[in-house]
Amino acid sequence: MNLSPLHLCLLFSSALFCVGLIGALSRGNSILVLLGVELMLNAGNINLIAFWRFGPAPAEGTGVLFVLFAIAIAAAEAAVGLALVIAVHRHQRNIRLQEANHLRG
Amino acid sequence: MRVPAHLLWLIPALPLLAAGIGAFAPRTARRTTAGSAIAAMAISFLLSCGALVTALRDPAVHAVHNFAWFDLGHGALRLGWLLDPLTALMGVMVTLVGLLIFIFSAGYMAEDANFKQFFCFLSLFGAAMLGLLVANSLLLLFICWELVGLASYLLIGFWFHQPSAAAAAKKAFITTRIGDLGLLVGLLWLYDATGSLLFFDGGEGVLEAGPLAALSAQTTVGGLAVSTAIGLLIFCGAAGKSGQFPLHVWLPDAMEGPTPVSALIHAATMVAAGVFLIARVYPLLAADLTLPSAPLHALSVVATIGAITALLGAVIAVGQNDIKRILAFSTVSQLGYMMLALGVGSWVTAIFHLLTHAFFKALLFLGAGSVIHAAHHEQDIRRLGGLRAPLRVTFATFAVGMMALAGVPFLFSGFWSKEAILHAAHGWSVSQLPFAAGLIAVVLTAFYTTRLVAEVFLGTPRGEGAARAQESPAVMTVPLVLLAVCAALLGFIGTPWWPWLQRTLDPTFATEPGGFGLMAVSIVLVATGLGAGWALYARIPRSSAGEADPVERRAPRLFAALADRLGFDELYAATVGRLNAWTAAFADALDRRVWDGTVRLLAGLGLFTGQVTRETDENLINGGFDAASGGLRSGGRAYSRGQSGDTHSYLRYIAIGFTLIALAVLLGVRR
Repeated sequence: MNLSPLHLCLLFSSALFCVGLIGALSRGNSILVLLGVELMLNAGNINLIAFWRFGPAPAEGTGVLFVLFAIAIAAAEAAVGLALVIAVHRHQRNIRLQEANHLRG
Repeated sequence: MRVPAHLLWLIPALPLLAAGIGAFAPRTARRTTAGSAIAAMAISFLLSCGALVTALRDPAVHAVHNFAWFDLGHGALRLGWLLDPLTALMGVMVTLVGLLIFIFSAGYMAEDANFKQFFCFLSLFGAAMLGLLVANSLLLLFICWELVGLASYLLIGFWFHQPSAAAAAKKAFITTRIGDLGLLVGLLWLYDATGSLLFFDGGEGVLEAGPLAALSAQTTVGGLAVSTAIGLLIFCGAAGKSGQFPLHVWLPDAMEGPTPVSALIHAATMVAAGVFLIARVYPLLAADLTLPSAPLHALSVVATIGAITALLGAVIAVGQNDIKRILAFSTVSQLGYMMLALGVGSWVTAIFHLLTHAFFKALLFLGAGSVIHAAHHEQDIRRLGGLRAPLRVTFATFAVGMMALAGVPFLFSGFWSKEAILHAAHGWSVSQLPFAAGLIAVVLTAFYTTRLVAEVFLGTPRGEGAARAQESPAVMTVPLVLLAVCAALLGFIGTPWWPWLQRTLDPTFATEPGGFGLMAVSIVLVATGLGAGWALYARIPRSSAGEADPVERRAPRLFAALADRLGFDELYAATVGRLNAWTAAFADALDRRVWDGTVRLLAGLGLFTGQVTRETDENLINGGFDAASGGLRSGGRAYSRGQSGDTHSYLRYIAIGFTLIALAVLLGVRR
């Protein structure tokens, strides 16, 4: 099986995404779910870097910039997410995601 | 003091104000109400005296003050005040007699629980009557006329808890209303024919030469001049108010009211209004005299009715046993005299008799009130008697009034005024029958007044009340004395030697020569009546209440008919009353059968339509909306079931969905 570096990178990111997805789906703790989500996000970032590095014009640095922005946004998102976790904890004295369903229709 | 025409409204306004105070004062404010009523009447009396002084400066002038009441189409409906000697003399009489009656009432009604209302009504009565006098418009006069009717209704029915008083009030109101219908029609016709209702309006008024000539020149049904027809319609109103035959039936029943009310109605106000009205519109009634070919002269009708009434009242008075009823029928009779005088063309003597009658009849009624008050509300002359000794003042004044009514010669006012009327009737060119009726009534009047005085004051007390009688307080006797002085002396303003009153009212008045023979005849007639009364009642006074009347002993059936008032009430009950009952029954049947059925049918239709509408609403329209909204609701419920709030399941769905999309894309790419 002839695997190029790009394929390896994509396989790695896919694996990382799956690990993140399973983590997010299987955990009740909100923080761990957030961790999973972050993993999936980073899998996406790896894809971006990989396509840039092995793509047609790697010299221009666009992929790195893209990823930097994504990381910044992810950081902001994580901050919001953690703030939500704290709010949920205040509200129900724990952070179990299964119980945080008060907006249910 | 002078009161010009434009200030005349003050005269009725003051008693009206007093009535307003009485209406709003609390029930216990007896002194306030009575005081304001008496004070208002006293000031009105002074104002009337001022008006009289003003009017006498130039008796021939009709001073008017007209003003627009409201705009009507292109013109305006105008009312006004009128000041001439007629208004002024009547005003002085009404306010003076009214004032004395008010003062008397303060004593007579002192123990009544509704004392306050009584004075309120009295003031309203006085105000309405005074408004009627100063009006320069038939419309304003009519308004006040109806107010007089209303006030009389309230006062006659003042003791409305007695069924007889309530019935009498109703009878007075309805009977006078029949006459008033004629007056109203006449008023409308007059307005239609002349476009004005003002009496005097600088040549345009309905009592002035121009419009009168126009009215008498037109003819209507049966060749009557329009002025005759209108005059007769107006006379209907006057006949109702002044108790003329055939509308006299209410007057004796009006006795159910408190005695001061009887005095007020019979002397100064209500009944005087009719005579005053005819005297006021006399030129209108006399307008057809210039038409020799007219089939009927309005004044002939007035004279005939007056003569019938004068005779009828005097005849019935002979057979009555209630002190107030005797006086009531004498009022009917005296009013007949006044109408007779108006009819024969001598309206000034009618007013002369009206003035003297007002004083002596007020005196007689208040005297009767004093007797009733003293005798503990005993009104039946058979159970009175012997009151001369305990009631000295009342007896003396009552005797003066009685002699004035009977027409005792020379000293008493009634003699002069009645004499003037007989004189005028004698000179009437159309017929001597009214004159004859007047002469017979003179005898009867003298007879029944003697009977009244003899039964009440002479002999021995024949009843519980009379035996314990005591003289009334000064608040009641002082007005009696004042009225007695007027009743005696007032005649001297109109004697044949010095006809001041006649000249003042009508500057063209001239005494006809040769009246002294006539005067002698009437003195003989009065003496006959007095002598017969004396022989039958005073010579041998009645000894017990159950004893038959001397006239009854001699002619029992005649006396029974007289006591029954010649059956007029029964006749009216059998004709008018029955007709009314029939009409009412017919209307009732019409209501129940025809109108009720129609209404029920319509109601059924309405119900049916309502039912149909309801069914449509509920089943069709509501059903459709219910189904639509039910569908929406179940759809919403189904969707909301998917929103579990469980973040994991959401994420799971997203992942599955993403996987499916990825697969589809991959497979699509493959293909």
